[in-house]
Amino acid sequence: MSGQNQYSVMRDITLFAGLGVLILIIFLTQGSVYSLRMLVEAGCYAILALGLTIQWGYAGLFNVGVMGFIAAGAASSMLITFPRNPEFWNSAGPELVAVFIVKLIACGVLVWLANISNRWGIGGKLRALFIAVAIAVAYLVLSDHMSEMSTQIEKASGWMGGLGLPVAVGWIVAGIVAGVIAWFVGKICLGLRADYLAIATLGIAQIIKHFLKNADWLTHGTLSVSPLPWPVPKPADGEFLLARASYLSIVAIAIVIIYLLLQRAYHAPWGRMMRAIRDNENASASMGKNVNGRRLEIFVLGCILMGFGGAMLIHFTSIYDPSGFIDLNHTFLVWVMVILGGSGNNRGAIFGAVLVYIIWVMSEPLALTLFEFIGTYGKAWFDWDPPSDLNSRALQMRVFVIGLAITLVLRFAPQGVLPEKQARH
Amino acid sequence: MNEFVFFLNKGLTSGLIIGSIYALGAIGVTLIFGILRFAHFAHGDMMTLGAFVTLILTAVLAAMGIVLPLPLAFVAMFPAMIITAVLAIGLDRVFYKPLRQAGAKPVILVMASVGVTLMLQGLIRLFAGVRSRNMFVEAPKEIFQIPFPGASRKLVITEPQVLLILFTIIAVIALHWFLTRSRLGKAMRAVSDNPDLAKITGINTNHVVWATWIIGGSLACAAGTLLSMDVTLKPDLSFNILLPIFAATIVGGIGQPYGAIAGGFLVGFCESLAVFNWAILLRPFKDDLWFEIPRNMALVPTEYKLMVPFLILIIVLIYRPTGIFKGRVL
Repeated sequence: MSGQNQYSVMRDITLFAGLGVLILIIFLTQGSVYSLRMLVEAGCYAILALGLTIQWGYAGLFNVGVMGFIAAGAASSMLITFPRNPEFWNSAGPELVAVFIVKLIACGVLVWLANISNRWGIGGKLRALFIAVAIAVAYLVLSDHMSEMSTQIEKASGWMGGLGLPVAVGWIVAGIVAGVIAWFVGKICLGLRADYLAIATLGIAQIIKHFLKNADWLTHGTLSVSPLPWPVPKPADGEFLLARASYLSIVAIAIVIIYLLLQRAYHAPWGRMMRAIRDNENASASMGKNVNGRRLEIFVLGCILMGFGGAMLIHFTSIYDPSGFIDLNHTFLVWVMVILGGSGNNRGAIFGAVLVYIIWVMSEPLALTLFEFIGTYGKAWFDWDPPSDLNSRALQMRVFVIGLAITLVLRFAPQGVLPEKQARH
Repeated sequence: MNEFVFFLNKGLTSGLIIGSIYALGAIGVTLIFGILRFAHFAHGDMMTLGAFVTLILTAVLAAMGIVLPLPLAFVAMFPAMIITAVLAIGLDRVFYKPLRQAGAKPVILVMASVGVTLMLQGLIRLFAGVRSRNMFVEAPKEIFQIPFPGASRKLVITEPQVLLILFTIIAVIALHWFLTRSRLGKAMRAVSDNPDLAKITGINTNHVVWATWIIGGSLACAAGTLLSMDVTLKPDLSFNILLPIFAATIVGGIGQPYGAIAGGFLVGFCESLAVFNWAILLRPFKDDLWFEIPRNMALVPTEYKLMVPFLILIIVLIYRPTGIFKGRVL
């Protein structure tokens, strides 16, 4: 680590003070209602960044499917908290869904039994055959039931509707669902090199999004669901200030709790072991540490935070729309936050999240103005006809900038602005 | 017989076409993975980039009033391949080489390639917009209808599809010849097998890296161009095509060009056969069957097509992470 990039308390204080001044300026110039909205969203992104920074910074896991875990969390939270759809509950729907869940569990057990059949002396080719047959049977049974169920539900009641439970339950379930998906992905890929995890998470994110977009019976598909309930009173008659401030305080409390727990874990023997595995996998394996087991733990933990943060974000915007989950906004933006803020440093992640989100929000009007300027003067000076979709193109500028930021930070400041504090024990 | 011809048209031809595209892409990915040791996430956008270079050259050729027996886009593809190869080397020089020299971990290179893919995506859409374009600037594409004995339905294949299949065959033979006969090709295989040993024996790693990017970049350009000639040129390939290509690479075994070809066709055929409606093939026998044929017997609904490469990937990672051709597990 070079001298310039050493961790220092002064640097920490200066950067956070600078961030505070920036937020203050935004409050003064843009008004508090707007700024509060931005801060709540930045706070939700901070939770996502914390989830990613423990995967990347503590364990060196490369997850490019953040968007998928956000989408899974958001969808499950929506299903838990949205008011009930009486048409669905009066139709044959609930029965079909219950049978589906029973079949799902049965198929899971079947595949699991085939998978562990080597314990009873069934090995080699026979086991492979068992597994293949079990998977095929499970797939046929489940897909058959699912197509039947989706047509029936769509015909009878449009979609399932929610369960109408409190928002807190929805957020916790969101974390659990994301964690369960992560457990399966991690179980398969974590024994292999980081690249495989990247490919698999990229794939799972696309598939979750495709599923949510097409499963009209479950999530209303692309028709989107709104309004999602809030854990605090919603802004009635234009009282945005109070409502948003109370939402912000909930997000802030969540961040503080998560931060304190993560700091404690980082300095605990568990965190020390994590860093040992990250820095020298072979050495820690030879000390008897279960490398893959620990990695699975931290991968699941990070994804739980992503599901939770994603649910918070979606509830705040109050509209669930599966087409709104985009790799750029929900995966790579979080990545920029983490590597810019300093991977392996929780304060860095929070700092990076808030700073990058502010820049991100500000960049949209900036890009539009810039291109309007180019369009006007290009026409006036060079007789250039700007294309009609100039505005949508201007926004592509941000894609480029995000990519550039990733490559530049990796090359010139791999430690980030707030580097990891090397703990000495 | 008509049903069988329909199956040939919809199931086999499309599998062959998309399989060739995946194979051309996967060759590049597998060589980069084997020699530079990282998963190149920017390959999908490199394909789009190559296709756009071709489109520009085609427009120039068409504006010059050149008429050729082949589609102009296909002719313009060859200079475009060279340009894309040069661009690929340039990207390597600016973004990957400094990281490699600084001794960065492979996963940092993967992240850098994600950054590169976003930059390419942003630039392409900034300059070209997001609408789809037709690669046939000068004339509509030719469609061959071949009569099939004993059927009234005709076998349909388009000119770009024929060109794609011919190009893939020639490219595969040329690659085989290059890797087994030429000095540089042998050096590439040596570096892929054991980089340290190859370096000690005096192989110039720089040349090997260049060769890797030239092959990867030019084949990516060809794949992108031929795919957009078959359908249309849309700048949204990137992540959608990346997953099947990675699946093909891993199925075939990392660092194994022949494996990548086999994997590409395997993934392509699985995809098109999985979404094919098998009920059509059973319909002629409907009187002899003991069950009623459902309306749709596709294994996977078309909207979940992406599931197929992903499932192949997962199954391979669980049961045979080395791939069919015994590649490495990095």
